[in-house]
Amino acid sequence: MNIAVALSDVPPELAASEAGPAPKRVVVAYGFWIFLLSDIVMFATLFAAYAVLARATDGGPNGVQLFSQTSVAVETACLLASSYTCGLMSLAVKSRRHLGTYFGAFVTFALGLAFLALELREFADMIVRGDGPQRSAFLSAFFTLVGCHGLHVTAGLVWLVVMMVQVVLRGFHPTVQRRLACFSLFWHALDIVWVWLFTVVYLMGVRA
Amino acid sequence: MTDTAFDRPPGDPSMPAESEERESAGVLVYTIGLLLAVGLTATSFWVANTGLLWGPGVPLGLVVLAVAQMGIHLVFFLHITTGPDNTNNVLALAFGILTVILVVVGSLWIMADLNHNMMPRPELMNLHMQH
Repeated sequence: MNIAVALSDVPPELAASEAGPAPKRVVVAYGFWIFLLSDIVMFATLFAAYAVLARATDGGPNGVQLFSQTSVAVETACLLASSYTCGLMSLAVKSRRHLGTYFGAFVTFALGLAFLALELREFADMIVRGDGPQRSAFLSAFFTLVGCHGLHVTAGLVWLVVMMVQVVLRGFHPTVQRRLACFSLFWHALDIVWVWLFTVVYLMGVRA
Repeated sequence: MTDTAFDRPPGDPSMPAESEERESAGVLVYTIGLLLAVGLTATSFWVANTGLLWGPGVPLGLVVLAVAQMGIHLVFFLHITTGPDNTNNVLALAFGILTVILVVVGSLWIMADLNHNMMPRPELMNLHMQH
């Protein structure tokens, strides 16, 4: 092997056993990936509960009477667009462009907030009409599942604000870059959860 | 220093060396992902509302569309690939998906079976109500 090194100018790639510990960037993102997958498993339990209880309306309203497809379509558009702008923001972070980062973060935040406002309005309307979580097993499961996603979005928005403060104060420090990479993973994962939410809860609900 | 000897973290796109080039390549990847996702979402809403399709097949069609869209998000937004530097990410994802399927399908199966077998006959229901 040493002879081969001497003969060629290109250094051979290190074997995994000789490469030493992986850079922190890789370890942190992988650890966060594991967390996201466990978070998705938690969502799976809530989805399972919802799917089992979807018909247990106890004489109360079902999905056909409750859900507005227009509102869901707008919410979906907001979240999908914010996922896109979040991706553009992570590109700006990679090439250390301040303006692109702030702009991407601002649009992502605004779209996330619009999503949350629409969802809260939907919840408030239902509760005012007496169709809150205590009305039936179906509605308990609905508010738990959709509300849990909403809480995740809220946490994501707070996290985004905190990250922008860190960019202002510390610039593109490696720590800040790692955290921003984790944030964009989180935000994209929330969009995947929402894909299943609008499919299972809203689109299948309006046909039942 | 290069990271070639290491795995690629999830969410990290493979990038050409040239800075200008990689910026526009990255934008292109996200834009393709967005267009595909919008197309699939629009198809989902159409499938749920149209009367043209066979009714009982619609839920299955919606699930297939959601799986497809999840794949689009994973590939274009989270940059999960089949490359050798992505093996750890893919294995973790595969285990996560296995767990999700076991939880969801298992719950639905058991509860449907339970409903089917435990549906009380009317006289049993009355007995039950007296206690």
